Amino acid sequence: MASNKKYWKSVEELNEKSSIVEALRQNEFVEEVPVDEFLGDKETLESSSTSRRDFLKYVGFSTAAATLAACEGPVIKSIPYVVQPEMIIPGVADYYATTIADGYDFASILIKTREGRPIKVENNKEAVTKGSANARVHASVLSLYDSMRVKGPKIDGKDASWETFDAEIGEKLNQISASGKQIVLLTQTFASPSVSKLVGEFKAKYGNVNHVVYDAVSESTALDAFEAKYGERGLADYDFSKAEVIVSVGADFLGDWQGGGYDDGYAKGRIPHGKKHHKKMSRHVQFESNMTLSGANADKRVPLSTADQKVALAKIYAGVTGVSVSGRQLSDYAENAIKSAVGQIKQAGSKAVVVSGINDVDAQSLILALNEVIASEAFDKEAPRKIRQGNDKAVAKLVNDVKSGAVGGIIMAGVNPVYTLANGEEFAQSLKGLDLAVTFTLKEDETALNTKYVAAAPHYLESWGDVEIKKGHYSITQPTIRPLFNTRQFQDALLKWTGNDKAYYEYLKETWAADILGGKSWNQAVHDGVFKTTATVSLAEEASEAMEQADAAAVENEGEELVEAPAVDASAQARKLAGTAQASGMELVLYTKTGMGDGQQANNPWLQEFPDPITRASWDNYLTVSQVDATANNLKNWNVANGGLNGSYAKITVNGVDLQVPVIIQPGQAPGTVGLALGYGKKAGIKKEMQTGVNAYKLYNNFNNVQDVSVEGAGGEHEFACVQLHNTLMGRGDIVRETTLEIFNTYKKDHKKHGWNIPPHVSRDHEMIDATDPKADMWATFDRSIGHHFNLAIDLNACTGCGACVIACHAENNVPVVGKTEVRRSRDMHWLRIDRYYSSADTFEGDVEKKDNMSGLFGDNGSLGGFLEMENPAANPQVAFQPVMCQHCNHAPCETVCPVAATSHGRQGQNHMAYNRCVGTRYCANNCPYKVRRFNWFLYNKNDEFDYYMNDDLGRMVLNPDVVVRSRGVMEKCSMCIQMTQKTILDAKREGRQIKDGEFQTACSAACSSGAMVFGDLNDKSGKVAELHEDDRMYHLLEHVGTKPNVQYHVKVRNTKEA
Amino acid sequence: MKKVNHRNSISRILGAALALMLVFSTSAFAQDDAAVAAGKALFNANCAACHKLDSKSTGPALRGVEARLAENEGLDREWLYKWIRNSSALIKSGDPYAVKVFEENKKSQMTAFPTLKNEDIDNILAYTAQLKPTPPKPIVGPDEKTSGGGFSTQVVLIALIVLFGLLALGLFLVNKTLRKFAVANGTLNLEEEVKKPSLWKVFVQNQFLVIVAVIFFMLGAAYFAYGYFMQVGVDQGYQPIQPIHYSHRIHAGDNKIECKYCHSSARVSKHSGIPSLNVCMNCHKNIAQVADEVQQEGITKYGVDYNKEIQKLYNAVGWDPAQQDYVNEPKPVKWIRIHNLPDFVYFNHSQHVSVAGVDCQTCHGEIQEMEIVEQHSPLTMGWCINCHRETDVNFKGNAYYEKIHEQLKDKYGVETFKAAKMGALECGKCHY
Repeated sequence: MASNKKYWKSVEELNEKSSIVEALRQNEFVEEVPVDEFLGDKETLESSSTSRRDFLKYVGFSTAAATLAACEGPVIKSIPYVVQPEMIIPGVADYYATTIADGYDFASILIKTREGRPIKVENNKEAVTKGSANARVHASVLSLYDSMRVKGPKIDGKDASWETFDAEIGEKLNQISASGKQIVLLTQTFASPSVSKLVGEFKAKYGNVNHVVYDAVSESTALDAFEAKYGERGLADYDFSKAEVIVSVGADFLGDWQGGGYDDGYAKGRIPHGKKHHKKMSRHVQFESNMTLSGANADKRVPLSTADQKVALAKIYAGVTGVSVSGRQLSDYAENAIKSAVGQIKQAGSKAVVVSGINDVDAQSLILALNEVIASEAFDKEAPRKIRQGNDKAVAKLVNDVKSGAVGGIIMAGVNPVYTLANGEEFAQSLKGLDLAVTFTLKEDETALNTKYVAAAPHYLESWGDVEIKKGHYSITQPTIRPLFNTRQFQDALLKWTGNDKAYYEYLKETWAADILGGKSWNQAVHDGVFKTTATVSLAEEASEAMEQADAAAVENEGEELVEAPAVDASAQARKLAGTAQASGMELVLYTKTGMGDGQQANNPWLQEFPDPITRASWDNYLTVSQVDATANNLKNWNVANGGLNGSYAKITVNGVDLQVPVIIQPGQAPGTVGLALGYGKKAGIKKEMQTGVNAYKLYNNFNNVQDVSVEGAGGEHEFACVQLHNTLMGRGDIVRETTLEIFNTYKKDHKKHGWNIPPHVSRDHEMIDATDPKADMWATFDRSIGHHFNLAIDLNACTGCGACVIACHAENNVPVVGKTEVRRSRDMHWLRIDRYYSSADTFEGDVEKKDNMSGLFGDNGSLGGFLEMENPAANPQVAFQPVMCQHCNHAPCETVCPVAATSHGRQGQNHMAYNRCVGTRYCANNCPYKVRRFNWFLYNKNDEFDYYMNDDLGRMVLNPDVVVRSRGVMEKCSMCIQMTQKTILDAKREGRQIKDGEFQTACSAACSSGAMVFGDLNDKSGKVAELHEDDRMYHLLEHVGTKPNVQYHVKVRNTKEA
Repeated sequence: MKKVNHRNSISRILGAALALMLVFSTSAFAQDDAAVAAGKALFNANCAACHKLDSKSTGPALRGVEARLAENEGLDREWLYKWIRNSSALIKSGDPYAVKVFEENKKSQMTAFPTLKNEDIDNILAYTAQLKPTPPKPIVGPDEKTSGGGFSTQVVLIALIVLFGLLALGLFLVNKTLRKFAVANGTLNLEEEVKKPSLWKVFVQNQFLVIVAVIFFMLGAAYFAYGYFMQVGVDQGYQPIQPIHYSHRIHAGDNKIECKYCHSSARVSKHSGIPSLNVCMNCHKNIAQVADEVQQEGITKYGVDYNKEIQKLYNAVGWDPAQQDYVNEPKPVKWIRIHNLPDFVYFNHSQHVSVAGVDCQTCHGEIQEMEIVEQHSPLTMGWCINCHRETDVNFKGNAYYEKIHEQLKDKYGVETFKAAKMGALECGKCHY
């Protein structure tokens, strides 16, 4: 008898009267599939003269025709020089020393050029000061090839010639000069002796000329404090390598604080050094509100609002000097940290240093006084930095003058005030009313749109110039390519308008010969890019004197003091600071992102796609909110099905101006504060794809980065492009190994209980053996003792997470930019990523403990709830950065699964990827335990869907001709810069010599100024990498997998010792 | 491109030309041949760097200079002696013609030849006094040329075809007649013959044969298809016509110019480099025309007017031979690239040329014999790999290899190692 069991397909079938069941009995789908939508309506189909047969015929013919046409090979033309320049050999790179000085970033660098095209930025190791490039400087070479650049001078938005331009402006200048009205030069910080001299000459010619220096992101208070104390407008310089105790109150000195560039010195002191078991490293305490790079690297981080930071600073000062101040009580955690910091500063004495980023003249004065008191060795007041010169009050006054009509003409260079001023729109209106408004600009930006005369300025790689980065430390900017467009430098224009026929180059050379070189060779200075002198005559000083005079004149006119005379008595300042009241509402702390800086390079797709080191989000700015405040305002972050991060919007109101911004909940954000990055939200002179984020400059009132703000939820959902889904380490010590200096110095690395670098164990024949034991290996080992064996060592102690390597890798390896939506789908193409991990307990160690103490599934120590808890980072977590690229495993899992042998191993230790062989199965990516393989989901070059630099002829000029541009459907990954290692080998072979240690480099190791990445040949036993390989701190990522990587990591050590 | 159908005529032309030359040289002038010969040697050694007989070079053309000076300026041989021995002194002395010549030639100082004796100068002048030989006319006209070559083979072929045709026809007719006789005699039964199955039917009915044939057919087809597809993108023998006809045969072959004199970047760079035009001008400043024989050979054998090609070079660099200066706008030459590797291959000339010491000819063929360069090698990966398998690494005298070579010798006990054994077969060495 047959069974009468009824099988049912869905619950709906239980409902007998269901229409769905009835419908499904007859049809495949419940509702009729709307075929008309994609087939068009029946009538047109039938009335069409093209029948199905015709269609097939056309398809057939066109296929055949295309096939036939494809048989013909293309004719490739090759055009040699008519007269080949002596130094250019096609196929061989030339390097030129130059200096970037765009008003925000200053660095002495080398430019790699191929066939006359600058293609990459390298660090200038000869440079004494600021010889290292950050991520933005590395990316600046792409900004040269920006298709949105202004290509020639414009008058009223129409193209003009330089002749008419000169004629009209010359006439107007004379008119204004005759009328007695003021002519204003509003410029970026040039810090250039020649420019100062030139401006002086311009003043002499036109009389009533006022030179106002404007830094979009102001350091004015620090400058004022320094000027008041030492009589010179500059910023104290710090050498963190000399400091054993670093206390920072709100200074992100690993970021852009006071011009940045402190990471190499800092990293030097962070690597444990000295005798075994007595190794030393610096101790870093950070008080701050936003989570910054410095805070992430600190040994102890104290989240405090800015108001609290001021009190903390006063208390530190009081504690060290013994002055009594009566500040309000801060949280116990903060008070203890302050006490401990004071103790450590006292203990270290001159080996300590205190820095602050509080935007307050008193605070900045206090820092100078404090460092003087402890006679800090790291503190350099003799040769201050000159790379910020802006004066808030002068700028504010200028804005008023322009509005009131006291100014007749304005000439702007390197600034975009309409975008960067809080009252930019107002300024734009008053610009239109001026007799003369000129702007020298790379882009048709917000200011250019409101200016009659737009002078196309060259990129710094097309310009001449000089910079006094630090007093007595000069750098030269030299062009590395002929101007791409019909552009002219501001300096050349000034020369012309002062009636000088010389080119700026000549002028520069003469200035140097007369005032700087002191008989030394100009050519040598240009070759080196840097020049150090002890000559006492500083032109910048003259200029600042001139400025002071102008200021004084202005003071007389207005009866207003420009430079606020700070209270001379430091104790009084301390007491004043200590009296800072608690902020009544929320504090908005404006900051700059590692990728975007002040926003000059917003049209640079490398920087847009660069994931922020802290939040790991790209293509956006956002409000960083602490978990407490987020809960209070019902602000959320969550991940959606495709892995993308979503967040709610918040409406923030500052001084009547409101903005709607997406929210990211930032672990470590001081409660009561929110952070927002400047430099986003540009609309003019920028590609549509790059118009991301909101313009936070609108809230940058009075050039103060801290503003009172009210935050409320605004509904809606924002889609972020965040590349890291998982924020915590979950106690997995085989990824980031971490220990404290105490344990590191006391115990052996494989000590049973306190071992801090224990190799993982695996089971073999039911016996636990070391994962590194040869017996644990199922593969035969290959003898790599002959020839080269490349290794990359990454020191987690030295890595500050700055991301210069990520951009350098972009440039060297033609890594494509994929855009926001693709990044959101985890299809970013970065060969090198810097993972950032938070701890879920207060420390990573706490995580491990928590994990080890779990027992059972449920209950207080249950793993079910426990692990869930561990997914959430702590309110003030520890942070670790870990650069991860292809690990070049000697036993690579990717190689064994490739069906076409497209990825294979070289005897030099590199894992090769033959793109032309790859068929795109993606097995390798799935089998890679490190997830470093990247798939070309689309064609990213010459494709209008991806309208970034690889889609226009200009942008493609930045491509490295030694590395192929990958096509759609192939896998790619870090090659350990095989083109660079091969070149080094070839050079040595050709010159018939051995290779010295340090010659082998990868793009990332060359870009790493902190020394966190060291590349070299393991078989060179005297080499640095071989030495590091034997270091106790060395471990491999996921060692238990047995992949035997050629990338080493070095255990992160924290100096947790309190006083 | 290459034309070979006039091969026979060349020897004739040359012969005729030779005869003509002989006639001229023997009968036309009754001069002292010895003096002319000595003068020619002296001229080539001392003067030819700056002077040509018939055209202006750095200095003026010198044919018949003595007669010209005597006629136009009234200057005698004595003046010439002075000028040649020390022209600058003569200019300083204010001699009007000396100053004029100096000015006309862009004030370039003529080298002084104080060592030349009077008779040497006499000999040189005797040489310059010779009349310009009329260029030998090609005796055989273009019409006659064509009729010479293909005659015999074609006629023979046609004759043979006709012959075989006649033979076949004859045999067929004979067969037909014989059959008729046989039928008439009754020795052949036509009906029986019809019943015999044809060969085709026998074949079709034999399944084994059919299967074997099909297999063979498919194998054959696959073989040819494979061969066809494998040559797609392989441009062996690619021989494009270049904007300027540049003869490697003359430069590298006849004149034995070292390859890397022009392709200098092959020593240090990945590119061998098409020489920039200023390299050409190193020599061609002084070589505006090729020797007459070469010119003749060019026209007859290759259909190229070499002098015109040199003119093209001058146009490209903006050189004016009359003024001896770069006066015109340069127009870069758009050469057609012959050897093209795909983007995903990295090839470095210096690795092969400087380090390995491979001859250019190994890959580019007997370039010194090529009138028009063609791609000699297939440039396929198989071809690369094959060479890497067969070639020993050139360790000799290279300090880079010292340590590695010692270690390898110790390990394997042999002296030489193929490139393939040293990692030259690894994917990543060429593909990145």
